[in-house]
Amino acid sequence: MQRRPFLKLATALAVAGTIAGAASADTIRIGAVAPKTGGLAGGAAVTQWPTIALWVDQVNADGGLTVDGEKMMIELIEYDDQTNPGETIKAVQRLATQDEAHFIIAPYGTGLNLAAAPIFARYGYPQIAVSAITDQQPELSAQFPDMFFTLGTTSALAEDAVKILTDMREAGQLGNKIAMVNVADAFGIELATVARERFAEAGFELVYDTSYPLGTQDLSPVMKAAKAAEPDAFVAWSYPPDTFALTEQAIIEDLDVQAFYTAVATPFPAYGARFGAAANGNLGAGGVNPDSEAFQAYATAHQEVTGVAPDSWASATTYASLEILQQSIEAVGLDRAAVADHIRATTFETVLGPMSFANNNSNEAFWTVGQWQDGVYRGVAARGRDGAAEVQLKDGWGSDS
Amino acid sequence: MDILITGLLLGGTYALIAVGLNLQYGVARIMNLANGEMLVAGGFVAFWLYTAGQTSPLLTVFLVAPVAFALNWLIYRFMLQPLVKRSKTRGQLETDSILATFGLSFVGVGLMLAAFGGDYFSYSFLAVPVEIFGDSYGANRVASFVAAVVICGALYLWLNQSRAGLAIRAVATAPASARLVGIDVRHLAAIAFALGGAVTAVGGALISTYLTLDASTGVVFTLKALIIVIMGGVGDVRGTILAALLLGIVETAVASLIDPGLTLAAAYILFLGVLLFRPQGLFGKAPT
Repeated sequence: MQRRPFLKLATALAVAGTIAGAASADTIRIGAVAPKTGGLAGGAAVTQWPTIALWVDQVNADGGLTVDGEKMMIELIEYDDQTNPGETIKAVQRLATQDEAHFIIAPYGTGLNLAAAPIFARYGYPQIAVSAITDQQPELSAQFPDMFFTLGTTSALAEDAVKILTDMREAGQLGNKIAMVNVADAFGIELATVARERFAEAGFELVYDTSYPLGTQDLSPVMKAAKAAEPDAFVAWSYPPDTFALTEQAIIEDLDVQAFYTAVATPFPAYGARFGAAANGNLGAGGVNPDSEAFQAYATAHQEVTGVAPDSWASATTYASLEILQQSIEAVGLDRAAVADHIRATTFETVLGPMSFANNNSNEAFWTVGQWQDGVYRGVAARGRDGAAEVQLKDGWGSDS
Repeated sequence: MDILITGLLLGGTYALIAVGLNLQYGVARIMNLANGEMLVAGGFVAFWLYTAGQTSPLLTVFLVAPVAFALNWLIYRFMLQPLVKRSKTRGQLETDSILATFGLSFVGVGLMLAAFGGDYFSYSFLAVPVEIFGDSYGANRVASFVAAVVICGALYLWLNQSRAGLAIRAVATAPASARLVGIDVRHLAAIAFALGGAVTAVGGALISTYLTLDASTGVVFTLKALIIVIMGGVGDVRGTILAALLLGIVETAVASLIDPGLTLAAAYILFLGVLLFRPQGLFGKAPT
């Protein structure tokens, strides 16, 4: 890499900065590592980076964080990990050793968070993970005591989607036949595995069940085959580009189902903007309560500061994780171990409502399923959160179908 | 029938991705690893003009083509020609140009990130069904297939019927001898490189109507283009088109008849097969 000379310069500057910083001690260095390029860059550009920018902007506009009665401005240090776990690890290490960051914001994506967890642990940084959804939370929190989970578990996401369909069937709105597809990547496979069992337990018939490789350019054969199986509901454990592609193919094929579910990126503003009325009734992974005042205030500020709208799931949770960090620092100061203890012991008031980490360092109140309803993405199923909207039947693909 | 048409439509997409690279590699001898970035840039312009002013991507291509042509000509003239001048053998030029364009691809990603951010750019254009022989297909895919046919057909005719095309083919076949018969190789190589870039960017504009792109997806397309160009035979447009269609049909057939999870495997088995039995590519000439 040709970064070496630059790095040396940067190191020299960092050293100089540390000396100057030590004299005035009025800034707090916060590190951030997430993809700006590579496979997850598109998701991080919606969910992670703008919310971090908003939070730093808000705190600094307010005069900084209050640490031991003194205001400290935030100095944000950003690194692009190129969606490469090796780079994530290096960047976290650099933040800890060379930049001497006081705190580091958790990376983006399940794999990258897990890759960085040992480094966070080694240098004693609390890691409040957001976009890290896994069923391994008890094991991970035992291994890395200062790692926290905010967005829920794989099982909860899959189970609640199955439950929504089961409820619709009990209400006589939905038949018994499901077409299910998944992207052949860790997250998609894990979700499909859980869902397959739950669908079987609930007595559903899987009339089509297949996977497709990450980055498939033409999903029309998948959608044609799914349609030929004549399902009553279509469920895709998908990633952003395929979420878009599957929805478009469903419109083109005029897939006649009473429930249509795609996973990641369904709550993205770009999804609603692209499909308009055709998105109505589409179910997706995660959600928010768009009517809550706290969320609306956050969304408005997000739009004003960053020029874009937040997504309707993990964006607000990312913001909540930063609120938790802020409240903990303001409560106990810059001692990282004390901050981690504080996070474990406290119930925080966040944009999503109260959040705590009593069991397995895991937040147990989170949204699991949402739905586009009249142009707004609303949470329709949650664990421990109020304000879930009624599920609506998928009624065709809008005027143009 | 359904599989055949879906496969042909996908093949058209692949042809759009690969034909430009074939021109650049076959004639100008530049293995352009920044090919995918040019494609994404074309797609971004289409996205931007569509969301800002509802300009149809089918019109945007007429803007994208000359701009990309000029840009690629400049890239060749100022960045790659010095490499061409100093290289003594073809092998050396290939190594140098691979390294240079690899660097260029990072610059491309960086510039697009700085200009547009890392967000997905995705919009809905002609996402309506068209009926062909009783089955429905996405109108945007059909439109881009038609455009691919027009572009590839025009290229093929131009290369085979016009005097400039003849000269370009001469350069592709034997650059040293071409110079002896009074062909300005340097000039033509620049033209071919620029033309290749323009075709790629136009392909990107068309592809963006149905694929979701972001600033760093270019490398995916570069890889696909490389496979197709090598499979089809370097420096022959027919080979690239045939390889693209073949790949499209095989992937679709595997996805429909066997399992969508095996499309990648099928593509690489096809690639391996071609490499094993016709290492010079479907239409390539055996090295003498």
